[in-house]
Amino acid sequence: MAKSIASEFTKGLWNEVPPFRLVLGLCPVLGVTTSMKNGIGMGLATTFVLLCSNVLVSLLRKVIPAKVRIACFIIIIATFVIVVEQMMAAFAYNLFMDLGVFIPLIVVNCIVLGRAEAFASKNGIVKSTADGLGIGLGFTWALGLLGAVRELIGTGSLVGDVFGVIHWDFQNIFGASFEPLGFAVQAPGAFVVLGLLLCAMNLIPSK
Amino acid sequence: MGEMIKMVVVLTVLSIVSGGSLSWLKDFAGPKIENQVMNLVKGPAIRNILNEADNDPVEDRFKIKDGEEEKNVFVGVFGGAADTVVMESAASGYGDKIGMVVAINMADESLRGIAVTTHKETPGLGAMAKDDPSFAAQFVGQSITAPFGVTNDGGSISALSGATITSRAVCTGVNAAIESYNKLKPQLEEQIQAMGK
Repeated sequence: MAKSIASEFTKGLWNEVPPFRLVLGLCPVLGVTTSMKNGIGMGLATTFVLLCSNVLVSLLRKVIPAKVRIACFIIIIATFVIVVEQMMAAFAYNLFMDLGVFIPLIVVNCIVLGRAEAFASKNGIVKSTADGLGIGLGFTWALGLLGAVRELIGTGSLVGDVFGVIHWDFQNIFGASFEPLGFAVQAPGAFVVLGLLLCAMNLIPSK
Repeated sequence: MGEMIKMVVVLTVLSIVSGGSLSWLKDFAGPKIENQVMNLVKGPAIRNILNEADNDPVEDRFKIKDGEEEKNVFVGVFGGAADTVVMESAASGYGDKIGMVVAINMADESLRGIAVTTHKETPGLGAMAKDDPSFAAQFVGQSITAPFGVTNDGGSISALSGATITSRAVCTGVNAAIESYNKLKPQLEEQIQAMGK
């Protein structure tokens, strides 16, 4: 069981990347990935919550009584979700408007509670940090990739920024004659693109 | 018994710490969020309904005390006379509070326009109060002497289809704005004078 800290971190990036390998946390995966910037923004918000709740749950794991542990986890997670929501509204209002109800819904994201229950409550703070960061970043790239594919097919361009720090602007990647397939950015398109990406992930062996 | 007490203590302490830090966060983020809403939601909405004004109504704003509350008031200048005030208002809709801005022409006591700013209504139904300009257009030029209501309630505003509650809430909000305008009218005139517009 003595896995190294590095392997706790990297497992989330590939072998256990939540939406693709575990098919968990699909509500935001399907809901917000209409563009790459929304996917990455949602992923980073979730990463922050995951990281903070993992650290705190790990620190408090000897204090929290077993019978009320889920209630305690939810209080901790909900607090950090409100922090993310308020900060996003204060500093990235447009992203906040795009993500809408999915930010408060991080509270009930099964990945966050799942990591708190299955990992952070049983492991030390260093490992829990690595685990939260790894799973969170895995979730972020999965959402970013799904968003990028949908945005590419649906609009033919990739435009956006992450919290005003990194910008990208690729217009008409397939050339001007490309006819955007609007289906991809609508709700049913999310299922189809996710299915195709799951298929592609399964063609690449995890070990 | 000891375990019971421990559970209660842990949950209580957690809740207190969480609540306390969140209230600190609210003090920190609250004004910043208000700024963002002003710049990105209310500002464009106000400039849109007063697009023929000679000034920038968002620049020319002041706060006024209405009882306990402080309210933002925006002033619009038309043809050299500062005759339009924009009041903020809110009313409970289907989802959460619907925030709106109401522009009142003080010269002939009529509405210059209204716009819904913040809401959590159903997309495609209640959200049309903001997205469909023809709904808000019904208010333009109407006299403010009589309260507004939807046609179902005997008023003059056609409700959005499938969103009577939202439409009713917008009417309530507009009425509330008019009511506070009537109440604050002397102070408003004084403030506008003081601005020298």
